[in-house]
Amino acid sequence: MIDQPILQTEDVSRRFGGLFAVRNVTFALAPRGLHAVIGPNGAGKSTFVNLLSGQVQPSAGRILLRGQDVSGLPAWRFPHLGVTRSFQRTNIFKSFSVHENVRLAAQATRVFGKDIFSTVRRTAHLNDVADRAIERVGLADQRETIAGILSHGAQRQLEIAMTLAVEPQIILLDEPLAGMGQDESERMAALMGGLAEDHAVLLIEHDMDFVFQVADRMTVLVEGKILATGTPEEIRRNAAVQAAYLGDNDVH
Amino acid sequence: MSSSHMLPQSWIGWCALAVGALVLAILPFYVPSYYVGLTTVAMIAAMLALSVHLLVGGAGMVSLCHGAFYGVGAYTVFFLSPEGSPQPTWLTLPAAMLVSGLCALVVGALSIRTKGFFFLMVTLAFGQMLFTVLHDTKLGGGTDGAYLAKPILSLFGYTFDPMSLPRSQRSFPAYYVALGQLVVTYLALAFLLRSLFGRVLHGIKLNEHRMEALGYNTGLYKLGAFTIAGVFAGAAGHMWSLQSGFVNPELLAWHKSAEALLMILLGGINSLAGAIIGAFAFTALGEVALSLTDRKLLVQGLVVLLAVIVLRHGIAGIRLRDPRRWLQSIRSSGKWPNLTVRKPVQEARQND
Repeated sequence: MIDQPILQTEDVSRRFGGLFAVRNVTFALAPRGLHAVIGPNGAGKSTFVNLLSGQVQPSAGRILLRGQDVSGLPAWRFPHLGVTRSFQRTNIFKSFSVHENVRLAAQATRVFGKDIFSTVRRTAHLNDVADRAIERVGLADQRETIAGILSHGAQRQLEIAMTLAVEPQIILLDEPLAGMGQDESERMAALMGGLAEDHAVLLIEHDMDFVFQVADRMTVLVEGKILATGTPEEIRRNAAVQAAYLGDNDVH
Repeated sequence: MSSSHMLPQSWIGWCALAVGALVLAILPFYVPSYYVGLTTVAMIAAMLALSVHLLVGGAGMVSLCHGAFYGVGAYTVFFLSPEGSPQPTWLTLPAAMLVSGLCALVVGALSIRTKGFFFLMVTLAFGQMLFTVLHDTKLGGGTDGAYLAKPILSLFGYTFDPMSLPRSQRSFPAYYVALGQLVVTYLALAFLLRSLFGRVLHGIKLNEHRMEALGYNTGLYKLGAFTIAGVFAGAAGHMWSLQSGFVNPELLAWHKSAEALLMILLGGINSLAGAIIGAFAFTALGEVALSLTDRKLLVQGLVVLLAVIVLRHGIAGIRLRDPRRWLQSIRSSGKWPNLTVRKPVQEARQND
């Protein structure tokens, strides 16, 4: 790592009642590249993303964004600071068109004050931003389609277009491939590869083949704690990871 | 769907509204003066229903404090212009809107963090507090209410005195002021819902959590909507005092909010025009019920219940079938139904 990490956590924990979902996690995200977080069900991956995007507040520890402490800030501030996320369960506005969904995302960090009372027609710049994001994920020919009738894969693409419309530096993707077919997965892999060139991308994913194919770095989370961090090759060879997660019974 | 479905979707919708306004404009010359007064009351109810629509239809917030802001608007006129010393409307109307707006801002700031059922209960509590202040103290004439001097209709130095009219037309000025205010209220709210602000409210109504994740300070937008709705409720309350010359604490009671909610439910919760239709239908229903029985509320309640079950989208949601589709369905009867994309679109919208 030559670059300073853009997003860091210092000894972050999150408790729900007596249960630690995330425990003493110290983590760093580089300003470029795709960093995958893997782990078995219930390892605290989703809680970890929720912590990084402000949906959940840490019980202890600090979250640093470009060196600034952002722990405790409300969730709506994070997109303004260049951090956006997608959701594990598709979370789009189903009665809006594709373009309207993305424009709503673009508007959040761009329109303030009295401009909020202007009409949709007078906001060409929002439309341009939205169109660029739609094009990037490959939904340009479904721009006017009502989101609710898109295929599942296209809805996931739309979800990513919405995160892109904010023009963030950090993109947190919570299982973007859930329920996707083979073709769609391959297209998504290409898209993520492109994004990782000029963004910090944090990816949570169950599909191991996919993760090892696209990730630049990986972190393995087990029972809320970090088991290992490294390149995919290092992770593949790590005996503790194999025992805990990859299910190689020979290690036992 | 590039424009909000809060608004007339086509020129037909706008024409229907224009025709409605025109009918209201000539109505007083053709009906007995009792019905002029009744229609004025219905128009005032429509203004209140419109402002409630901004909350319920626009942002998905169901408040039971809204009637209180209406009452505060009416009482503001009483405090400014007590019996015997009338004040001009250019003073009383902005004052009523300002005071109601401030009340809404304070109540909103204290209740906006709660959602759904809890929001309903918190707003109910604040509404009843305002009600109690005027009901249990001598401040505004106590339980019985009080007469006030109807504000003088004056603008830019020009004053209009209803007493200069023949007796049969003395209810006309209030009627036309109410009609004008109703049109302005409708247009203002239609514009507001069509603006980027309206789109944000709609997003909050559908999925507030997602809007937060996109970077919207949803609490602030909701507070803005709550305050603006309070301002319009205050304007409606002002119109009430101008029309009736009388205030009592019942204007602030939670029944008033519930009534306004029933109106938009009856008229159709998905369109701004539904609020107006609902207010007129509800007022007419009350009138018919009174002529039949002393139990007016019982009849109103049963009819609204029935309407909600039968007409899921209210009166404004009744659609005449497109004659072309009707023809088609005759032609294709006997064949297997063919699946078109229309159906999933509608389902997608309804499931949202």
